[in-house]
Amino acid sequence: MTFAGWLQIAVFCLVVLAITRPLGVYLWRVFESKSRPLARVFGPIERLLFRLSGIDSKREQSWIQYAAALLAFSAMSLVITYAILRLQRFLPFNPQKLGGVKPALAFNTAASFTTNTDWQAYAGESTMSYFSQMVALAWQNFASAAVGIGVALAVARGLTRKRAGTSTVGNFWVDLVRAIVYVLLPLSVVIALALISQGAIQTLSPYRHLTTLEGGKQLLALGPVASQEAIKMLGTNGGGFFNANSAHPFENPTPLTNFLELVLIFAIPAALTYTYGRMARDQKQGWALFGAMMFLFLVGVTCCYAAEAGHGLGNLEGKETRFGVAASTLFATVTTDASCGAVNAMHDSFTALGGLVPLVNIQLGEVIFGGVGAGLYGILVMVLLTVFIAGLMVGRTPEYLGKKIEPREMKLAMTYVVIFPLFVLGFSALAAARPAALSSLANAGPHGLSELLYAYSSGAGNNGSAFAGLNADTPFWNITLAIVMLAGRFLMILPVLGIAGAMAGKKTAPPGPGTFPTNGVLFAALLVGVVMIVGALTFFPALSLGPILEHLAGRAGRVY
Amino acid sequence: MAAQRKEQASLFDPKILAPAVLESFRKLDPRLLARNPVMLVVAVGSLFTTGLLVRDLAAHPAGMAPIWFSLLVALWLWFTVLFANFAEAVAEGRGKAQAATLRKMRQETSARRIAGGREEEVPASQLRKGDTVVVEAGQMIPGDGEVIEGIASVDESAITGESAPVIRESGGDRSSVTGGTKVLSDRIVVRIGSNPGESFLDRMIALVEGAARQKTPNEIALHILLVGLTIIFLFACVTLVPLAAYSGIQLSATMIVALLVCLIPTTIGGLLSAIGIAGMDRLLRKNVIAMSGRAVEAAGDVDVLLLDKTGTITLGNRMATALWPMPGVSEAELADAVQLASLADETPEGRSIVVLVKERYGLRGRSLHELDAHFIPFSAQTRMSGCEVAEKGGRQIRKGAVEAVRKHVAALGGSAPEEAAAIAQRIGDEGGTPLAVSEGARVLGIVELKDVVKSGIAERFARFRAMGIRTVMITGDNPRTAGAIAKEAGVDDFLAEATPEAKMRLIKDEQARGKLVAMTGDGTNDAPALAQADVGVAMNTGTQAAKEAGNMVDLDSNPTKLLEVVEVGKQLLMTRGSLTTFSIANDVAKYFAILPALFMGAFPAIAPLNVMHLRSPLSAILAAVIFNALIIILLIPLALRGVKYRPLGAGALLRRSLLVYGVGGVIAPFVGIKLIDLALGAIGLA
Repeated sequence: MTFAGWLQIAVFCLVVLAITRPLGVYLWRVFESKSRPLARVFGPIERLLFRLSGIDSKREQSWIQYAAALLAFSAMSLVITYAILRLQRFLPFNPQKLGGVKPALAFNTAASFTTNTDWQAYAGESTMSYFSQMVALAWQNFASAAVGIGVALAVARGLTRKRAGTSTVGNFWVDLVRAIVYVLLPLSVVIALALISQGAIQTLSPYRHLTTLEGGKQLLALGPVASQEAIKMLGTNGGGFFNANSAHPFENPTPLTNFLELVLIFAIPAALTYTYGRMARDQKQGWALFGAMMFLFLVGVTCCYAAEAGHGLGNLEGKETRFGVAASTLFATVTTDASCGAVNAMHDSFTALGGLVPLVNIQLGEVIFGGVGAGLYGILVMVLLTVFIAGLMVGRTPEYLGKKIEPREMKLAMTYVVIFPLFVLGFSALAAARPAALSSLANAGPHGLSELLYAYSSGAGNNGSAFAGLNADTPFWNITLAIVMLAGRFLMILPVLGIAGAMAGKKTAPPGPGTFPTNGVLFAALLVGVVMIVGALTFFPALSLGPILEHLAGRAGRVY
Repeated sequence: MAAQRKEQASLFDPKILAPAVLESFRKLDPRLLARNPVMLVVAVGSLFTTGLLVRDLAAHPAGMAPIWFSLLVALWLWFTVLFANFAEAVAEGRGKAQAATLRKMRQETSARRIAGGREEEVPASQLRKGDTVVVEAGQMIPGDGEVIEGIASVDESAITGESAPVIRESGGDRSSVTGGTKVLSDRIVVRIGSNPGESFLDRMIALVEGAARQKTPNEIALHILLVGLTIIFLFACVTLVPLAAYSGIQLSATMIVALLVCLIPTTIGGLLSAIGIAGMDRLLRKNVIAMSGRAVEAAGDVDVLLLDKTGTITLGNRMATALWPMPGVSEAELADAVQLASLADETPEGRSIVVLVKERYGLRGRSLHELDAHFIPFSAQTRMSGCEVAEKGGRQIRKGAVEAVRKHVAALGGSAPEEAAAIAQRIGDEGGTPLAVSEGARVLGIVELKDVVKSGIAERFARFRAMGIRTVMITGDNPRTAGAIAKEAGVDDFLAEATPEAKMRLIKDEQARGKLVAMTGDGTNDAPALAQADVGVAMNTGTQAAKEAGNMVDLDSNPTKLLEVVEVGKQLLMTRGSLTTFSIANDVAKYFAILPALFMGAFPAIAPLNVMHLRSPLSAILAAVIFNALIIILLIPLALRGVKYRPLGAGALLRRSLLVYGVGGVIAPFVGIKLIDLALGAIGLA
């Protein structure tokens, strides 16, 4: 571990902290205030879109309508993406004349990008045409991120609004359009230009044949990279243009872009905690969530950095020497805390404990800042659980922001909590018992188990990063992972929206000295405890056979 | 203090424990177990391991765990279920015992039913709602009902423990009588208000016995949490089999079941219903009957307490507290006159004056007869009372409202000094009532009457304030008087010149702002408000209508009891939360006991995870299972008595509970499992 390494981590934290408030206020103004920012620029676009699609921006939806709209939109996106991938050889912008994507892989990829997972069972440069990259995948990066923000807003509205009796949670189409027009699109344009200034490429010309310094022949893959890279990070999507993802110099050319990409991953998830505080009319509510997330992040990055740096130069296998150990472990932690999944180093090559950190981050439910929107609604479900368990201890039936937590909300919250381990452990067990599935693993023993666990955790957590070492482009893996990704997204969104609807219409009791405080350090600590205990208790048995066993066996001198 | 002793004594009362042991076996009935999904899973697990044991006994397969191990695991899993049943049975037993003492008084009595104008003798158990019965001095009232004719003194000590008889009469707010109480004098006709088996007592007993016990909303929500955790752990354990198989470990089913049972929240799952029953039972020990568990829960949530001034905050009647003589009059002279005017005054105010002059000025009571004096009672016209003394040319003493006395004096040609008006004004401002005293045409002075606030009540309200509960005093007094008393008693707010409508409005306003309201009441005109309030405690002396409207009845008819009701409600919720936290926190240690034990055989390298240094894998698993079962038994007293209740703010309360039950919950099983492991070693097992 080096001073420069720690300094980098510290500066990263400070920058995230610094942008949380301004971006949070901006988001609040876009979605919740009467007058939206930069209305003269974006207003006409927004109104045009509303008029073209017949959206009444004043009309609010019940949670069921909201969910129906969201599912319909996502289903349509899934089908269109699938169609484009299958038909790409008939579509324009295909200079390399790439053929149609095979059905299982196309389904897997469509599911992956619709769910904001961006799991990639393919290598972008040898599979996807420029058209597929730009229209099918990059568009989904915008849309799926906007969907996530919408769900977070809906549940935040449900929890914070004081309109007893009216249980509407916002309008899905309005949230979708505003998230893209006011937030994702303009920021992506700026970021793409910044990336280009650092050397990221943006071109539609065909791949180039080059002669290397040693005289060898090489085909250099090109493409409209910077535009996709921006939303890949900002929308916590993580689907790289190239197979090497953010380790590729065209995606992530310099240490500066590396830092920028790191910040972009946390930007919106962190800002949403501030937006939430603003919506709750108590900024400390938002900071309590931010604090809990930041703490969990710091624990993760410290463990990961310590495990990887070790002695001397540290473990450099699978890492870009351009970035070194600190920036790689920081990236690995950040990308798995938020459900981004972009990588600038191979997690498979991390030490056992270093690789344990990204895996645990995902298995904690993607709530350490988490995906755009998904992080906030995920942590809010954990908040309800925390309030329910601990709230009783102050001698009152549990209430959050003055609203009672009753059987209905508990049912929905527990459904949310159960789904994730159900799919991760269920499919991991299934794969572990199938020789055909196991033949995709590059390693045997505990490390192979880690690869397998990581794949399903990453899928259900909508993270999308891979432990690598797994040949995922087989029908079994493509189909099962697609199921896991869809379940991890939509089966979990439904109970969240249900909670939003159930809480929206409830009476709000003003807080007093007898009410359970949810805006302080004690609550943040409790929240951390609940997140860790729920996550750890669920996955500890499986983890102890994977990375933990690998680590202990390694110490005892046995490697796999 | 007496109540405390009673409670502690019966916690280990063999009369309750012995039947509870039998009852815990009877509760193995799957239909009863199904009410508690967590324990149902344990029972299924126990059955499963027993099945495996039988199979192993028939043909012991090579390489499996030894028979004695499977036997012990199966046995302790059954114990886990039985211990949980036992906890519930003990709670029910205690409730029943308490109810039985109340029930005892309603021995089979006969009733004199009036049917078609004739009286007939029938057993009390045959009385139906609407029957009318005659009860005379010396007889038991055969059932709950209402006096429709006559007036009688009734001994209600069987229910309330208060030995002084109370008056029950037809009409008004004192018409309600309870079955099992005894008429001491006179004759009353009672209309029976409930069918056999439906009286308050019967309903309460049914609640405790479980027949009518419904889970409260919070219990349901908690059950959902526990079921969710159980499903997660079920999955974690079941999927561990193929994952371990991948790693080359064959996990035995017995061990997986052991792991599962240790992980699912059996501690809170086993104690949850006992906690609920014990809450109602604790109320019963305070002589309050809750009509539902939900009411007890709501009591913990109460934000606003509406307290009647009289009887709750003040002692009941205004009392004389000071004498203020006019210039030129000595205190002794005033005291002498006012005593004469009050000797025959039977009103509480009059009596309090006699007491005051006796205590303060040493004037003994005198007989008006010996003084040849006669008493002039209060009349609405004069608004004065007093006495005429024949001696010394006759003394004409009056006491009454300041204005009335001023007029009286003026009519006799005298005038009231200015000081009188000033003193009266000041007393009024301080919430008291001035009473002027005159002799002939001379005003002698002013008697100050005050509401006396119960001692200790202000501290009690301060405690409630710390917990975030607002107290509102309800009184018919004018705002000025009410304000002064409110200040002295330390209530947060008051409702003066209260009418039933104003009271109702206040409740609805508070509820509209999301607050939960508790109140007490006894009159028929209180009934709508009692029904509207979230917690309505009706006084047992109140009317039938009031009792039907409220969701609790206080047998002692003591309005101050409301404060204790709230405390019991809070304690119930705190106990539930604390044990849930404890139960979940326990899992950390159990993992560190069982997981290394499961994998040690195939991977000796995993040894560092065995942080407790348990002696062998079998011993580790057994120790965890035994701890898991024993902790239920050990926590039964806590579940029944409730966690220690402290009137603190939410933050302080939470910190304390987290330290004890959260941190304690993580540490305790490490110690417990280690000790059991050592004990198993000491007796040569595993």
